[in-house]
Amino acid sequence: MQFLKLIARNALRHKLRTGLTVLGLVIAVLSFGLLQTVVGAWYAGANNAAPDRLVTRNAISLVFPMPLHYRDKIRAVPGVKRVGTANWFGGIYQDPKKFFPQFAVDAAQYFEMYPEYRFAEEEKRAFLRDRRGAVVGRKLAETYGFRVGDTLPLRGTIFPGDWSFTVRAIYEGAEARTDTSQMFFHWDYLNETMKRRVPRRADQVGVFVVQIADPARSAEISQALDAQFRNSAAETLTETEKAFQLGFVAMTEAIVVGIRVVSFVVVFIILAVMANTMAMTARERLSEYATLKALGFAPGYVAALVLGESLAIAAVGGLVGVGCTFPVAAWFSTQTGTLFPVFEVSLATTAMQLGAALAVGIAAALLPGQRAARVRIVDGLRAIG
Amino acid sequence: MKAIPLAYSVRNLWTRKLTTALTAGGMALVVFVFAAVLMLDAGLRQAMVSTGQPDNVMVTRRSAGSEVQSGVERPQAALVEAQPEVVAASKETVVLIAQHKRDSGTVSNVTVRGLSPQGIALRPQVRLAAGRMFRPASTEIVVGRSIAQRFAGTGVGERLRFGARDWLVVGVFDAGGSAFDSEIWGDVDQMMQSFRRQAYSTVIARLADPGAFDALKRRLDSDPRLTVDVKRERQFYEEQSAALSGFISILGLTLSVIFSIGAMIGAMITMYAAVAGRTAEIGALRALGFRRRAILTAFLAEALALAALGWALGLGVASLMQLVHISTMNWQSFGELAFSFKLTPKIVLQSLAFAAAMGFAGGVLPALRAARLSIVDALRAA
Repeated sequence: MQFLKLIARNALRHKLRTGLTVLGLVIAVLSFGLLQTVVGAWYAGANNAAPDRLVTRNAISLVFPMPLHYRDKIRAVPGVKRVGTANWFGGIYQDPKKFFPQFAVDAAQYFEMYPEYRFAEEEKRAFLRDRRGAVVGRKLAETYGFRVGDTLPLRGTIFPGDWSFTVRAIYEGAEARTDTSQMFFHWDYLNETMKRRVPRRADQVGVFVVQIADPARSAEISQALDAQFRNSAAETLTETEKAFQLGFVAMTEAIVVGIRVVSFVVVFIILAVMANTMAMTARERLSEYATLKALGFAPGYVAALVLGESLAIAAVGGLVGVGCTFPVAAWFSTQTGTLFPVFEVSLATTAMQLGAALAVGIAAALLPGQRAARVRIVDGLRAIG
Repeated sequence: MKAIPLAYSVRNLWTRKLTTALTAGGMALVVFVFAAVLMLDAGLRQAMVSTGQPDNVMVTRRSAGSEVQSGVERPQAALVEAQPEVVAASKETVVLIAQHKRDSGTVSNVTVRGLSPQGIALRPQVRLAAGRMFRPASTEIVVGRSIAQRFAGTGVGERLRFGARDWLVVGVFDAGGSAFDSEIWGDVDQMMQSFRRQAYSTVIARLADPGAFDALKRRLDSDPRLTVDVKRERQFYEEQSAALSGFISILGLTLSVIFSIGAMIGAMITMYAAVAGRTAEIGALRALGFRRRAILTAFLAEALALAALGWALGLGVASLMQLVHISTMNWQSFGELAFSFKLTPKIVLQSLAFAAAMGFAGGVLPALRAARLSIVDALRAA
């Protein structure tokens, strides 16, 4: 008890210094948490992948399509439950900066495979009835103020020309981490329009999403599926949805690594600040430590005093920092709109934040604590701040 | 008015070595992040600017965001080629192929460009680094320097399989750090055949007189037979990197500013301690006749010297980053792009100003406190 009281008194002796150190810690823990969350957002697509979904694409690369008749062949492969078509549309809404993902999908099949997208039954029926209808996710709708019945014009980049859709439904995510920043419309509408505009580009599918009955057989079914199209004009590459999504992450690996590195740099910055605070504190109090030792306290007790003070400051800074992370992350998420479809502070991030704060608290006390424990009583009593 | 010698401030830093090192170290890390981000952005911009030639014009399909998305039908391409301002033109096909990286084995998109000898002539910055150029109408390819370093099967003499054919690598070219270093080049007709393409992707045209660009653009824009966008090549490539460059600079600068708050707090703690520890000294200086302003200047100078130390350390480490090459997917083109950190004189000055601002912000309040001490109280504090 006496020990804890001593630590508290010591920590509050220089209120300004302690306050500034805690503030620095809060900022560091907060930015560390946000950066880790940004890295997590990068993996959102992979984390949302379902084990029973495979993605089949052209083996050359994603920019090459596959003929529509592949659909029937894929459906005939044993173990395949359902096949959906999807094309990345890549249209521009008003300004290229207002980017959000748009997919042309055969809605009847596609949404059966994605139960995490929740619809109001009535709206879904209205969407299925309207050839030029579209659905948008809740987050996307909130970012640009889309409401059911609104017209949504897009300028085609991959599929030339001006396109116009009517928002018929807004889908919700089954979980907080479900991506609700996307737009979907009817694949048939895209195909029919292309038939008129550029006939040779009709009946071409970007990717097939394949649902399988038994996730354990995904590797075997992928191989059987690709074997169907070996040595054909468009060879295919089938992988699990997770592997497909991780492929995107791998392409921007350098950026992810960069953000990770920087998130640890901030921990070192605050370590320098915190270590400095503790070093100054210990230097100023050398004569006190010497007095304590002269009174018979063991060197370990003196070192524990320094460590305890350091840990107390770090713990306060860490806890406040973690507490601030949630509201700031929520604000950041609304500000960046659809840039990060999912921006959730994970439990692992919170644990890492607290771990970093504690590590800083311990590391900062190492040298000063050692110095306090080793000081010779005579030297300590002679020392002046 | 007499000023306190600078040596007083500097020697004070020297006396408290651990504190000085820790505070300057914190600042150095912030300067490092700040400078590294600017260097990365500068490297990216330089790669993109050196890709485009000032007198080349890029013709793509209207609203296409990249060469890969673009498609120019043969009659349209012929029409562009026949314009009076055009002295040389290259009709090209650009696709992406998924290839495995050498070290990690991960798959990334590589830009493959099909072009003619005329197209090579339009890029004077491209030089052969090894082997020879591909022969027209053959399935030979040459690869850019960054591709040869990073991707499997891209050495001279090796074969690469894509588009249901084997392609023989006959040379490696050096495009002077431009985006072409991250491309694979081969014969345009062979490429179009293997990728079953009927239309070209883009037309690159050289103008006899770069000043004729506006007239050409006006004519092509108003031609009802054409649905194309006409841009200077340099502008086109700058736009290609706009999204990536914006992401790097916005994220990086936001981080630098937030991190700098931490470093400023560090400087503030150090300077407050310096003032508190030297109260009697300050009283003595005042008693000797030094004005409040001189005290203020001396403590500010101490904070700025601390910042200068942090700047030198941070920038020193950041300059080593020039040896590092970054390779990532460019969001606009969806293809792999390699570039490096580039230290420019402007970044040296910007980071100096940034460090000085940190030092000033951290030092001004403690310095004011030092300057406000009354002589009697300060002397009594001893």
